[in-house]
Amino acid sequence: MEPVTVETAQQLGLRPEEFDKICSVLGRTPNFCELSIYSVMWSEHCSYKNSIKWLKTLPRESDKMLANAGEENAGLIDVGNGLACCFKIESHNHPSALEPYQGAATGVGGINRDIFSMGARPIAQLNSLRFGNLENERTQWLLKGVVKGIGDYGNAFGIPTVGGEVYFDDCYQVNPLVNAMSVGIVEHGKTCSATAYGLGNKVYIFGSSTGKDGIHGAAFASKNISEDSVNDLPSVQVGDPFWEKLILEATLEIIETGGVIGLQDMGAAGITCSTSEMTAKGECGMDVWLDKVPTRQPGMKDWEILLSESQERMLVVVKQGFERKLEEIFEKWDLTYNQIGEVTDGKNVRFYMNNNLVADIPAESLVLGGGAPVYEREYSEPAYIKEIEKFNIDNIKDIELNDENLKNILAKMLANPNIASKRWVYNQYDSMVGTITQTTNKPSDAAVVKLRGTDKSIVMTVDCNSRYVYSNPLQGGAIAVAEAARNIVCTGGVPLGVTNCLNFGNPYVPGVYWQFVNAVTGLGNACRKFGTPVTGGNVSFYNQSSDENAVFPTPTIGMIGLMDSTNHMTLDFKNANDTIYIIGQHQNDIGSSQYLAKVLGVEQSPCPHFDIDEEYNIQQEVTSIIENKLIQSAHDISDGGLLVCLMESAFASGLGFEVNKEANIRNDAYLFGEAQSRVIVSVSQNNIDNFENHLKSNNMSFSKLGKVTASEISLNNIQLGSAKNWKFIYDNSIENHLN
Amino acid sequence: MNMKIGVVIFPGSNCDDDMIQVLQGRYKQEVVKLWHKDHNLQNCDFIVLPGGFSHGDYLRSGAIARHSHIMQEVITFANNGGYVMGVCNGFQILCESNLLPGALLRNENRLFKCENVFLKVENNQTVFSMGIPQDKVLKIPIAHGEGRFYADDAAMQSIINNKQIIFKYCTEQGDITAEGNVNGSLLNIAGICNEQKNVFGMMPHPERAASEVLYNTDGCYIFDSIIQHCLAQV
Repeated sequence: MEPVTVETAQQLGLRPEEFDKICSVLGRTPNFCELSIYSVMWSEHCSYKNSIKWLKTLPRESDKMLANAGEENAGLIDVGNGLACCFKIESHNHPSALEPYQGAATGVGGINRDIFSMGARPIAQLNSLRFGNLENERTQWLLKGVVKGIGDYGNAFGIPTVGGEVYFDDCYQVNPLVNAMSVGIVEHGKTCSATAYGLGNKVYIFGSSTGKDGIHGAAFASKNISEDSVNDLPSVQVGDPFWEKLILEATLEIIETGGVIGLQDMGAAGITCSTSEMTAKGECGMDVWLDKVPTRQPGMKDWEILLSESQERMLVVVKQGFERKLEEIFEKWDLTYNQIGEVTDGKNVRFYMNNNLVADIPAESLVLGGGAPVYEREYSEPAYIKEIEKFNIDNIKDIELNDENLKNILAKMLANPNIASKRWVYNQYDSMVGTITQTTNKPSDAAVVKLRGTDKSIVMTVDCNSRYVYSNPLQGGAIAVAEAARNIVCTGGVPLGVTNCLNFGNPYVPGVYWQFVNAVTGLGNACRKFGTPVTGGNVSFYNQSSDENAVFPTPTIGMIGLMDSTNHMTLDFKNANDTIYIIGQHQNDIGSSQYLAKVLGVEQSPCPHFDIDEEYNIQQEVTSIIENKLIQSAHDISDGGLLVCLMESAFASGLGFEVNKEANIRNDAYLFGEAQSRVIVSVSQNNIDNFENHLKSNNMSFSKLGKVTASEISLNNIQLGSAKNWKFIYDNSIENHLN
Repeated sequence: MNMKIGVVIFPGSNCDDDMIQVLQGRYKQEVVKLWHKDHNLQNCDFIVLPGGFSHGDYLRSGAIARHSHIMQEVITFANNGGYVMGVCNGFQILCESNLLPGALLRNENRLFKCENVFLKVENNQTVFSMGIPQDKVLKIPIAHGEGRFYADDAAMQSIINNKQIIFKYCTEQGDITAEGNVNGSLLNIAGICNEQKNVFGMMPHPERAASEVLYNTDGCYIFDSIIQHCLAQV
């Protein structure tokens, strides 16, 4: 094959200095096929070249972790009873921006393969979605496509989607974010590794056949979205959940035979990535015969087969003597399969096409932690931070507490798509298949799934308020972790570990990289405080359409926790006349609140109040009062502030509330401020003394807000009518935007 | 004495384990898995077609599964009076197999929908519904994109005349109205049986409402009836 030039390298997305490095690794100029391999393996998406330096600062250890972060396809945490929880979150932002249905669907497929290729059976899925303004027609098209894509794939695959978040902000207009998380369970000692070893061991591909879809998808995910992006359409893969379901069952069956040396799914960069990562990990070589790969069409070129990101494919290295046994399992599930290579004693991956050697590369040179480039990027505080610092709450006119004002603002707040019910979205997901979802009939701040055969449940959530991160990446990053932990704690669980999906703009823009560095630092600090190591995740840069228009820095946190099932705490009020308390302190703060941003239209304001020690103490206290059965409900204050929080507890129960403001702070801050570290609880009459004594003895700040009523809502004696009427606005807002 | 229950597994079935969990775990029945490529029913007394997306719902929900080897056995078994129950995709397969009349079309709003819905029993004199109080509102979830029951006028007349309607969708208060009709089914139909009353299909998932862990046991009304009354006859 013809050697290539630096121009070709640049066309494939490599930098001139990277081309030089490739030549020096190989001791010669690469051919086109080899260059293509490097271009995807050294793309941002596969190599983490611009992020790894900072990712290494994250806490990655705890006594519960069974696999080191980054070493396997997903994190693995001990949950007792001989079981481990395997979980990970991943982005599929770029494909979803162009083709929302397939983009989102294949995101779901990919993350689930990461879980079951480790031998774990997925038990639950979550997702975090962000779009532009919902009034916009393209946003509506994206939302409908993404939700249908996630639903059609996840529903047919047969794993419940139990939680998630959906946000709408103008910054996501061009670049929507689609982050998908999967959680699986595996018995200790039954996990499978993504490795290869054993001279002469056979390498099989199974699952779907290989087509031309998704070629250079990893490279595509590593650049800005532009008008030319439509030319990248073939980079978007097409998913088939039916095949995914079959390869799930077949994968778990072949692992059960004991005949699997190592196994990896084909994600970004397809056969290239799985063969090179497995051989690099096993410190061996591999010969692969590309003409033996089952293809969807004749005449595919070597590099097309290598780089294809066709979905639902797996690579497995088989222990000698088990070949026929595995083939029988593939045949049982009617899967396409073939032996395409074998393990060698070299260090190179060698790819052959019709007996011609088309690529010969040291595996180590391709992979993260090996020869892939690592960069330090410049960063500096972006100009908008100074604007934020100029914000003065005194320049905002406070809300006058009267009937008309309150009803007016409340209607706007509840109809705000960031606050309104997301039922139009989540009702399209099968949330109950598997019959372990405990939050269907008992809603909580985090999702709860039963750990079958034990008295435990797994609690899980995804969280990130990116507006906070934008206003202060260091603090906002920490809040994302704190909020996830708070949701798990308010549900009755103990946080165990984190997976993160770091969605940012172009890392070569110093202001964007400043956001990245600070957000990673902030979330790392919080993970240390809450004892939740980061077990893995992914980085998605280039979520921006121009240098000025990056998305809000969005480090989505996926967190899991463990719970004694008897501690399951719910967010709905239980009985009229129960007393409502706030644990934590009111703050005279409306920074970055939905009220300020969406009702008043003030975009630049500081991050809300947050003190990590205060937060930690409150979470410890909430855990204790739940264990001691002192409260009827718990719901943390987040988007929309106190009034929205109360409304949500009312809506979930059909009850109402009456609350009187006693705190000496601004009305807007009281009602809609989003100061962190606050939890609303309701307490039955017979527990009031025990409850108050418990908090007093632990020196916790708390105050009485009012009481639960049968249906009516009142605030400072202003009658706001029945909860049912407000619920109607809350329930139907998103649907109304779409009709 | 126990029944031997066969749960059929097609490629793409995904509610098979949930069903087995209830029948074996809660009701302590003997359950065998029947693979779609099998040619015999292993002497089962009762056959369940579980929910899921058999064969990826390609062509039409249930349209491919109906041609499987195992379904030829199920059809013979049913025609000889054997008990067969289909839930969700299982119901769709039963209609495609002509073991039940009518068809299940795309939901009225053309969206997949998963949520708790409410049902009332219409005919509580079948082995699948015996003992369910006429005024009891059952809370049982649905999860389907194609569940809108339809049959032509002649078939509907026959379904009504033969008292084949087992469940109807209703509101939380128990009103069988358009408001309670979650997918636009004719006459709010959620579940029907055949003329001989030995084959039964329903779109909602009773196996998802049969556990204290899930805080909902309304589905047990159906399983209780099946275990008690089918058992008596085998």
